[in-house]
Amino acid sequence: MGEYRPDYVDTVTKYVFIESPSMTPGELALRAYEASEGVLIKETCFGLQVSGEPESVDRLIEEIRTFDPVHIFVKDRGFPPGDPRRCRANLGGARPGYLGHEREFRVLRYITRGLEELDRREEGAEVPEPAPPAREARQKLDIKRLQELIDTEES
Amino acid sequence: MAKVFIYPATSLILSDLVARFGHKPLGAALGIRERIQTAGVDSPPLQITPEEPKRGLKYAAVEVPSGVRGRMAIYGPLIEESEAAIIVTDADLAFGCMGCARTDELILFSLRQKGMPILELKYPTNEEEGIQFVAAVRKFLDSLPKEEGEA
Repeated sequence: MGEYRPDYVDTVTKYVFIESPSMTPGELALRAYEASEGVLIKETCFGLQVSGEPESVDRLIEEIRTFDPVHIFVKDRGFPPGDPRRCRANLGGARPGYLGHEREFRVLRYITRGLEELDRREEGAEVPEPAPPAREARQKLDIKRLQELIDTEES
Repeated sequence: MAKVFIYPATSLILSDLVARFGHKPLGAALGIRERIQTAGVDSPPLQITPEEPKRGLKYAAVEVPSGVRGRMAIYGPLIEESEAAIIVTDADLAFGCMGCARTDELILFSLRQKGMPILELKYPTNEEEGIQFVAAVRKFLDSLPKEEGEA
């Protein structure tokens, strides 16, 4: 094990995802550059990665959200952009964590719909709450079925 | 501004909604960032060093596998710091190896044991559920204190 000297100390990196019918990640990047003021911006297929001092990044994120409030989603990232331990240019295949984003990306349109509707009503109290999920809803494996599986495996 | 632990800890949707409605989401990225930005021994890819399973002893017993204790060294301090939590119970993206699976169980157990406000939800599968999902999250977050010392 060698010595580790980190890059980008005391910075934060955030993902900006855009799922919009009226703005592409490229357009978002162009508008973000205009407001960046020293924050590092990397354009990706799903949006941007922004990296810099926490206050600057927060200010930029606030600005970016105004471009298309219900279609832009933001989350923290642990690694800086292009880090060789995570960047797919070095690893090949999808970046670790991308598949989770891809899974949630499919749900974003429902979240957008929820945000639009709440904005329209302006008062969330009118919306009925979802029933809390049952903890033990999943059926447990029957002991006879387990024995059958074991027998099948052995034969 | 309350600190809200999100589960799955890598969730884009929960992270965004918590920040959007004025609170601080506590997710895996914060723990990873802390390690990535701290100088020390080179231990790629996540800078999880042999020290982490020792730190994890605070959250799991010594006979618990080091994989779980190492992961708990990341999540444990975030759980301690949190004042509320939002849990998505049907998050199939939170699957993983046995270490991840057992850590997830321990995270959920620790959150529920803490006695803080918790919102449990399922991912929406249509627009109506999407509206209910966002409304439930907003109502929950509105009930949390926005300022320091607020009840």
